[in-house]
Amino acid sequence: MPKTGPTLKIGRPKALLPDRTHYCAGCGHGVVLRILAEIIDEWGIRDRMVGMAPVGCAVLLYQYLDIDMCEAAHGRTPEVAAGIKRARPDLLVFSYQGDGDLAGIGTNEIVHVANRGEPISVIFINNAVYGMTGGQMAPTTMPGQKTTTTPKGRSIVNEGFPLRVSEMLATLEEPVYIERCVVGTPRDIRRTKNAIKKSLRVQRDLKGFSLIEILSPCPTYWRVPPNKAVAYIEEYFEEVFPRGVIKDKTK
Amino acid sequence: MPQTEQKVLITGNVAAAEGAVRAGCRFYFGYPITPQNDLPEYMSARVPEVGGVFIQAESELAAISLVHGAAAAGGRAMTSSSSPGISLKQEGISYLAGSELPAFIVNVQRGGPGLGDVRPAQGDYFQATRGGGHGDYRLIVLAPHTVQETCDLAYEAFDLAEAWRCPVLLLSDQQLGQMMEPVDLPPMKNIPDVQDHPWALSGARSGREKRIVKSFYWRPGELEAFNKRLREKYLRMEKELPRWQTDHADDADIILVAYGTSARIARDAVRHARQEGIRAGLVRPITLWPFPAAPLLEAAKRGARFLVVEMSWGQMVEDVKLALYGTAAPVDLCWRSGGGVPTVHEVTEHVRALAKE
Repeated sequence: MPKTGPTLKIGRPKALLPDRTHYCAGCGHGVVLRILAEIIDEWGIRDRMVGMAPVGCAVLLYQYLDIDMCEAAHGRTPEVAAGIKRARPDLLVFSYQGDGDLAGIGTNEIVHVANRGEPISVIFINNAVYGMTGGQMAPTTMPGQKTTTTPKGRSIVNEGFPLRVSEMLATLEEPVYIERCVVGTPRDIRRTKNAIKKSLRVQRDLKGFSLIEILSPCPTYWRVPPNKAVAYIEEYFEEVFPRGVIKDKTK
Repeated sequence: MPQTEQKVLITGNVAAAEGAVRAGCRFYFGYPITPQNDLPEYMSARVPEVGGVFIQAESELAAISLVHGAAAAGGRAMTSSSSPGISLKQEGISYLAGSELPAFIVNVQRGGPGLGDVRPAQGDYFQATRGGGHGDYRLIVLAPHTVQETCDLAYEAFDLAEAWRCPVLLLSDQQLGQMMEPVDLPPMKNIPDVQDHPWALSGARSGREKRIVKSFYWRPGELEAFNKRLREKYLRMEKELPRWQTDHADDADIILVAYGTSARIARDAVRHARQEGIRAGLVRPITLWPFPAAPLLEAAKRGARFLVVEMSWGQMVEDVKLALYGTAAPVDLCWRSGGGVPTVHEVTEHVRALAKE
């Protein structure tokens, strides 16, 4: 048989429960959800993994993944994750957070959890908007980007520049691995999956803190068609949030 | 600190800490605030000594969130603070109550509102007994009046919290927290660092069903059904948990009602009044929620009147009136606020005046 390139994976991962998600068409959350479920199946870690669902669009994450899960107050997600990890260090713990949760109300928590080097994996979905509440400005909203609370576009004078938390965290001593990925082309998605796997390995083998920021489409509140959202990330968001490894102490 | 039973001279704050450690607390998370600093300072050495985790968090919000996580994983986790810091923790306390997680919280009250002062006060009574954060819930609220009792109630707190799946708040104050008294230390309980409660997050081992610790119910009717169940639990608690102590209350015409530091002063006032032939007595609630109505109703049936002594300008007095609802018993209030502590003389004068009416 000639090689035909990567096989298409069809069917639902076992760790992804047969529930209809509430995500909008073209939303990136579902892709990351599937990546997590695939890793849980491939590594057989259902019995070792505990996840944190944030407040925001991913609040129902606990409903979709077939693993033990916990909820946190808005922004406190990584501290609750750290509490679980401190109590049961053998678990693999991830904190799944949006940009409002991590870069807005939870800025303090993410900085100090990273600074203490808590051995958890943070999955940071950056779609530059508050989705759950109806499309308001996020700390990562782009200059000029229209949201329901920046009807004329984000003004740098009034609202400041988008916050690059991953770069900020990379200045700290303790974080081991920080990478910004994209939910975009199949290649981008594979890259994202590999980054999440690496983050879990950093947690398991090096007992270190890592964070994977994922630029993720929100066609609904960007007011762009789903099939144009990926190009929108590449052409627009990556000006401020370029993809790539931001910090890697494993090398 | 010795592992066996022994008599020691310690502060109320250290007594709360050591009582909790001996009860199996292996996770302490806190943030500095006066007048409870000797509690986290003590824990910073003590908890690692017994193989546990101490973290000085970056904020009260983070400290209570760490408690949330460790409790969800089955650990006996606690935090402590003082009034302004407890206000900040209310977010997490509401989530703990909504997630039905056991946890232990100590509030060494200081004067308020706002930054207030660092003197003894009882102005957080409403906050403590009405849940404190957003939503429809209660906490088990314990009110010690000596350093020994602070240790004993802390020692019992996790058992109550786990039995009822409800956070327990110990309501102390600056005076009770920072004074020293001799304490008989209880023996170490033999509790695993993390327990395998049927709800605890431990990894879905051996194909067991996954567990979710959450307080979010988004489908219509789900939250109401959950809150109904919570209410039924609280009603059972109201039947089973109220605890109090009486002093000369059986034949008293004037019943003083006081908790914590105020109760120590009220007890002395009762003695002075008795020496003068005034039949005064004391009912001292040990649980502030659920509030012990029974001893008050019993005294009211005998025709007693009531004098509430508290270091706030009138909070517990409302629970006393609620307890006596439907009776004709008069209820008076002797109060100091904003860091003021009533003197025995002041309270005794009040009792004398009532006796003359």
